[in-house]
Amino acid sequence: MLKFTNKGIYCVPGKFYIDPWKPVDYAVITHGHADHARWGMKHYLCHHFTVPILKSRIAETIDVRGIGYNETITKNGVKISLHPAGHIIGSAQIRLEHKGKVVVISGDYKVQDDGLSTPIEIVKCHEFITESTFGLPIYNWKSILQINAELQQWVLKNQSDGKTSVLVGYSLGKAQRIMKALEGIGTLHVHYSIGKLNEAYEKAGVQLPEYNVVDFREDVKYLDKGIVIVPPALVDSNVLRKIPNKADAICSGWMQVRGARRWRSADAGFAISDHADWNGLLDTIKATEAEKVYVTHGQTAVFAKYLNEIGIYAEELKTEFGEEEDIETLTS
Amino acid sequence: MRTFANLINALDSTNKTNQKLAAIERFLNEASESDKLWFLSLFSGKRPKRSVNTQLMKQWAIEQANIPEWLFRECYASVGDLSETISLILPEAETQIDHDLSEWMDLIISLKDKSDEEKKIFVLNAWQNLPYLERFIFNKLIGGSFRVGVSSKSLINAISRYYQLEPNEVSHAIMGEWKRDEVSFEKLVKGEYADTQLSKPYPFCLAYALEKEADDLGNLEDWQIEYKWDGIRGQFIKREGEVFIWSRGQELVTDQFPEIKKALLEFEGDFVLDGEILAVKNNQILNFSELQKRLNRKNISKKMLEEIPIAVFAYDLMEWKKIDIRQQPMTERRRILEDFLAKQPNAHFKISEIIKVLDWNALIEKRSQARTINSEGLMLKHKSSIYHTGRKKGDWWKWKIDPMTIDAVLIYAQKGSGRRSGYYTDYTFAVKDGDKLVTIAKAYSGLTDKEIQEVSRFVNKNAIEKFGPVRTVKPELVFEIAFEGIGFSSRHKSGVALRFPRIVRWRRDKTVQEIDDIEEIKKMIN
Repeated sequence: MLKFTNKGIYCVPGKFYIDPWKPVDYAVITHGHADHARWGMKHYLCHHFTVPILKSRIAETIDVRGIGYNETITKNGVKISLHPAGHIIGSAQIRLEHKGKVVVISGDYKVQDDGLSTPIEIVKCHEFITESTFGLPIYNWKSILQINAELQQWVLKNQSDGKTSVLVGYSLGKAQRIMKALEGIGTLHVHYSIGKLNEAYEKAGVQLPEYNVVDFREDVKYLDKGIVIVPPALVDSNVLRKIPNKADAICSGWMQVRGARRWRSADAGFAISDHADWNGLLDTIKATEAEKVYVTHGQTAVFAKYLNEIGIYAEELKTEFGEEEDIETLTS
Repeated sequence: MRTFANLINALDSTNKTNQKLAAIERFLNEASESDKLWFLSLFSGKRPKRSVNTQLMKQWAIEQANIPEWLFRECYASVGDLSETISLILPEAETQIDHDLSEWMDLIISLKDKSDEEKKIFVLNAWQNLPYLERFIFNKLIGGSFRVGVSSKSLINAISRYYQLEPNEVSHAIMGEWKRDEVSFEKLVKGEYADTQLSKPYPFCLAYALEKEADDLGNLEDWQIEYKWDGIRGQFIKREGEVFIWSRGQELVTDQFPEIKKALLEFEGDFVLDGEILAVKNNQILNFSELQKRLNRKNISKKMLEEIPIAVFAYDLMEWKKIDIRQQPMTERRRILEDFLAKQPNAHFKISEIIKVLDWNALIEKRSQARTINSEGLMLKHKSSIYHTGRKKGDWWKWKIDPMTIDAVLIYAQKGSGRRSGYYTDYTFAVKDGDKLVTIAKAYSGLTDKEIQEVSRFVNKNAIEKFGPVRTVKPELVFEIAFEGIGFSSRHKSGVALRFPRIVRWRRDKTVQEIDDIEEIKKMIN
């Protein structure tokens, strides 16, 4: 049913693409991150919650249709339905059914319930397309409760040392999780790129803690001893240097490894990720009962090899997903 | 171990010197006497021998994590550190055991005489009951190689600030041999055991590389100029009939150089001398690769002693007749040194020749010919300079010959370790061999973090083979490689070996067609 082309994953009978990286006629989008939702498609189909994100990221004028989870539409005889992927708000696994065969394209997903995105739903299928960003057994996340407690302790310690806590996390998904983790500890100041995406959360009816949008063109001395959340792109910029007495923490799954923490030379690193960890990937794949698994972006070769060794037929799939993560390194 | 774990965590998570110093001071405040001594031992390179074999540890970790060995290797390639890889793949700790650092070290040392089975029970128990960071530290403690986020210099600075001492006194006080169960930490760092120890070396005086023009140094007459030799810098001590040879890395290497030891015993009087061990045959200084054959061997064969004879080129004298003369000017120390070696001539000790020229231009000429006698360049020492502790700008300069360079193409890449794990930082380069490519050198440093990220992306996209830690990449990126020396080598496929190869710059302007050819490169060998 699927063909893997240089434009992206193509559904042959349905005549549409899933998360294509080149302009096409009809694109079904798993979620709003830039490596999955690109510009230039004539028509977009995604979850309701993803609609405002696409409009804000690509253009207000795009032709986009939003549907709910578990709602089915039919295109050229292929049944399309979206199912929660637990990655970020509106993130969906895309289930395609044609002549009794079911294929699921997971996009990015995580198993932990972050309290902001709809928790992942396991969809049984014949073929499953999985990511493998953290597909090595060294990646095992702490529970959300535990990692949030660590994050809070770090901020409280900074407060008592008279320091400004600067937390670095991707503006869509991660930033909102950090906000939620630090709710009630102090005023949350966010970069405008995060503020913009917070609006998308609010439109979807998600209650976020109160926050203040920082205008870094102005004097930001008032941030002293406060809490500031910024996207990774700002890490090496002059903007951050304006913040007084700062201690910075990078929030990313890559921070699991000491070398990665030291490479960024931040004051702290927290392994908080919106991707599934090693066991999360394995448990999900097993639960889908898929006969064939395609492994995309991340540890593709290693992860596919391991799946084959434990008796799950798997193939590597070359895509252009995860490129954003290569560029910023820290967006996961 | 929590106090120690907190220290490691603090040292690890900042690159600001002040915060590191503060963390060490906090540790000195909180830790027990025995933990402090262990800390000093571990960080100044005085570690017990490894008591559990790494292969076994790896095997046990693979068993515990229930993964295939190849997957462990992949993890290791990503993490870049064995202790850390093990601590990450193991299942989460169940309960917690809390021993302090010295208790752990005693337990680890006592493993030495135990059977593998007993060792395994001990290690698995620790793994099951330590949280991630402490598990990592435990693995490091077993390994005996502990290098975490702090240089010995900042360690000494922190200790001296804490006890309000001079850093050079502290570094002198903790050098040499001391036994943990015979000293008190405070007395040790305050130098109370220093006098009784005959072996104690002085910190080496080091030179900065000369970056300005030589004639900016002013009057040529003010400088003592010598050749810079490429050998093993050492400190040669004779006190009360006992002799010691220390390497620059603060290791006692006396027994590696039996003929030098014998020569030291033949001298009369007490002294501490700074010099370079070189392979010298028929008055010619041999290439470093010859000397290298003799290093780190348990036994030096008679044949080797004959084939690679060595001698010390004496640079300086720090102690003479039991008196520390480091504060005397260079010329005075030199006068005593010359007098000493003239009165007691010894075939294994030669004085480092002073180069006399009329003007700076003549010196430039001398420098340019240094390579023909296997010298690395020149040393410029101010005649009034004292023998400094460590590196001090202004008095001593090393003026190395410009390196040779070639253009080569990247063909293999491997992920780095430590701070650079996760990125491809270790590169193998090739040059042309007719219409084929042949590997010429491996190089690690010389690129900025940004460039390393860019190369890593290229490797990710252009990897031809993917399994294992090494990636074969499309030959496309051209780099300029500099090196200090070149010689024929039967061990390398290309037939040549480069000394100290490193990346000078990324030649984005060049294509793979424009790289150098091996036959041309061979012509560089003199």
